[in-house]
Amino acid sequence: MIATLGGFVLFLAVGVTLYAAVASVIGARQGREDWVASSRNAVLAHFCLVTLAIFLLEYALITSDFSLRYVANNSTRGSFTRYKIAGLWGSLEGSILLWEWLQSLFAALVVARYGDRHKQLMPYVQAVLQGISVFFLCLMAFGVNPFTRVFPVPPDGRGLNPLLEVTDMLIHPLLLYLGYVGFSVPYAFAMAALITGRLSDEWLSITRRWTVVAWVFLTCGIFYGGWWSYRTLGWGGYWAWDPVENASFMPWLTGTAFIHSVMVQERKRMLRVWNLVLITLTFSLVIFGTFLTRSGILGSVHAFADGPVGVMFLSFLALILFFSFGLIAYRSEKLKGHGELDSIVSRESAFLLNNLVLVGICFTVFLGTVFPLLSEAVRGAKISVGTPYFNRVSVPLGMALLLLMGVGPLMAWGRASLNNLKRNFLKPALGAVAAAAILYALGVREAETLLAFLFAFFVIGTVVFEFWVATRTRARTMSEGLLTAFATLLLKSRRRYGGLIVHLGVVVAIIGIAVSSVYKVEHEQTLKAGESLSIGRYSVRFDGLAAGERPTHILVWANMMAFKDGKPLHELVPGQRFYPNQQSPFASVDARYHWNEDLYVILSAFERDGSSATIKVLINPMISWIWIGGGIILLGVIVAVLPERRLALLAVRTREQPA
Amino acid sequence: MKGKKLKYVVAGGIVLAALLGLIFSGVKESMVYFYTPTELMAKRESVQGKALRVGGMVVDGSIRWDPQNLLLTFQLTDGQGTVFVRHKGTAPDLFKEGAGAVVEGAWSPEGYFRSSNIMAKHSEEYKPPEHPETLESKKEVFKSILKEAKQ
Repeated sequence: MIATLGGFVLFLAVGVTLYAAVASVIGARQGREDWVASSRNAVLAHFCLVTLAIFLLEYALITSDFSLRYVANNSTRGSFTRYKIAGLWGSLEGSILLWEWLQSLFAALVVARYGDRHKQLMPYVQAVLQGISVFFLCLMAFGVNPFTRVFPVPPDGRGLNPLLEVTDMLIHPLLLYLGYVGFSVPYAFAMAALITGRLSDEWLSITRRWTVVAWVFLTCGIFYGGWWSYRTLGWGGYWAWDPVENASFMPWLTGTAFIHSVMVQERKRMLRVWNLVLITLTFSLVIFGTFLTRSGILGSVHAFADGPVGVMFLSFLALILFFSFGLIAYRSEKLKGHGELDSIVSRESAFLLNNLVLVGICFTVFLGTVFPLLSEAVRGAKISVGTPYFNRVSVPLGMALLLLMGVGPLMAWGRASLNNLKRNFLKPALGAVAAAAILYALGVREAETLLAFLFAFFVIGTVVFEFWVATRTRARTMSEGLLTAFATLLLKSRRRYGGLIVHLGVVVAIIGIAVSSVYKVEHEQTLKAGESLSIGRYSVRFDGLAAGERPTHILVWANMMAFKDGKPLHELVPGQRFYPNQQSPFASVDARYHWNEDLYVILSAFERDGSSATIKVLINPMISWIWIGGGIILLGVIVAVLPERRLALLAVRTREQPA
Repeated sequence: MKGKKLKYVVAGGIVLAALLGLIFSGVKESMVYFYTPTELMAKRESVQGKALRVGGMVVDGSIRWDPQNLLLTFQLTDGQGTVFVRHKGTAPDLFKEGAGAVVEGAWSPEGYFRSSNIMAKHSEEYKPPEHPETLESKKEVFKSILKEAKQ
């Protein structure tokens, strides 16, 4: 029943979506407002149909209808409802359906918001967004249909991979998908601008907020993924330059470059072609990343293996690139910029450099990710470049970016004068040097770490200095209290100050990354009950093994007590989970998380009789700063994009409270 | 006007050259060849000490674990050639006999592959187990340390 209905809904959606795309183009070409209006309705109908499809599949998942192959493969009777729901994005077919649903949701939102405005652009925006949806719908209808039946109907499903039965599974994939799909909106507007030849800043100002929101979802998704991996995967790290991690990182890099270069076009009328190229690259990298993940072409922890899907994705990618760059070439006459760089010492050239570095990092990550494929094609030998390559290349480029983050925002547009430079940079630079000198005196000797700290202090210094000067000036001239002045400033130029807060967050995260990777300590030892191992200022005592039954698995854990400087600190119970029908166990790590240092414990092996256990202990200094930095980034973006009215309301409310 | 443009081209060129240099040296320093066990056994003399990756299946019954010295030994095979691997430390979760694994390390003059990193691989396809297990059968394995107490 559900299979028939679901399949029917999918095919119907293909028809409706195709109609929406074609009708809006016909309407725009012939100036027929009624066609465009009809297309708008079709976009909304498309959304309703895909929503229905999602409901059908979720219904089947929740009610354990194993007559659907997808349900049988990704769900099991015994699991919690929330993980039955999460089964939707546990595997290829369902995750494509989720993607397509978000795609249809974003199209519906765009139509609902701008449907009756931007009369020239909108029909083509609709057409492009529906075109993307047609691809995903066809992918399901003709390739990986989530409503495929299975016969005979199995008595129970196979369930999600136990690794995925955690709350994080409900959050991380959704954040990433929202980010990925979000970038299709600015892409669609860019293409509409190219098709119509309306290449002024119209498309940029409409999509600015969409881009930033897509960016923050992607950012949060990446940070959340690292956090998840750190807490549960049991190898003590958060990022492995795995192909799928890289697949999310690449569009993030070009998207970040896009957010910056857009400002140059708005202010100086330059970089028009570059912005179109960047948004095309970003969207293409999203599709390319999905291709990497879903085709199983590169071995990866995250990959779902499947054959024909890879070819379909690659063809779609080729189509996007051909179509976008074809349009850019077609409009090249109209795209000639008006602006010129006035001076090399200016905000716009700092932005240019920032773009060059971001795209440079993206290129190196791309090269490293596909290197095994390239080398096999060119030289016939399988050669890979691992973590050392990525670290070696991205550390210096990351440093350059860090420095630019301090320099860029405070340089004047056009031509920065010596006075401007001195006024904005002297104090932060001196402060940074002094702070770095203190670190040196405290015993930090690694050149790379010192340099990272020097630049980080510099960025923090410039941001704090800017906030301080502006707040003080306003407080004096308007005779307000410092706090009121600061709040009003934030509200008055939310975009600028929100952006600076985002920079602060990035710096905090970079400090966490640098310190935790340089000063990480690791020790592994086999202990008998009662024995301890010591690491740094800590010692960890093993008090014996125990095992217990859990609803879905057997948990074996080691009772441990951690001491710091001889004083009892924290009980720790690292374990291993044994699931029926899974040959190897899954780690269940434990740690004492703290704002400046995590003590992280893994039970890596044990004797069945409980006599001894092999324990791996890691000290990860300042690793929490990465997650805190992610939080600050989110805060900064909220300041930058929240609608004016809401913030004003908030301000009024706080002012009304008696002081 | 022309001189000005030249200036930017030169500046951009320098940045680009630095980038390419960085990539080139990065690739050169961290290039790791991937061999099958058969290839490694054929070339083992010439690649001694060089960083390599070897991928294959873990031979059934070959895993030995010495907890006191944290020494893991096993054999990797591709059906033809077989490589003896010694690994200092424990293996990742998915590492098991009969499953795929990739090890990173170098061929040692003493006649085995010294691994510094094991990357276990998910099997590509799900096969239902021949003897379906229940929670009870798993419980049996750990009965000597099993507690009913909640934790």
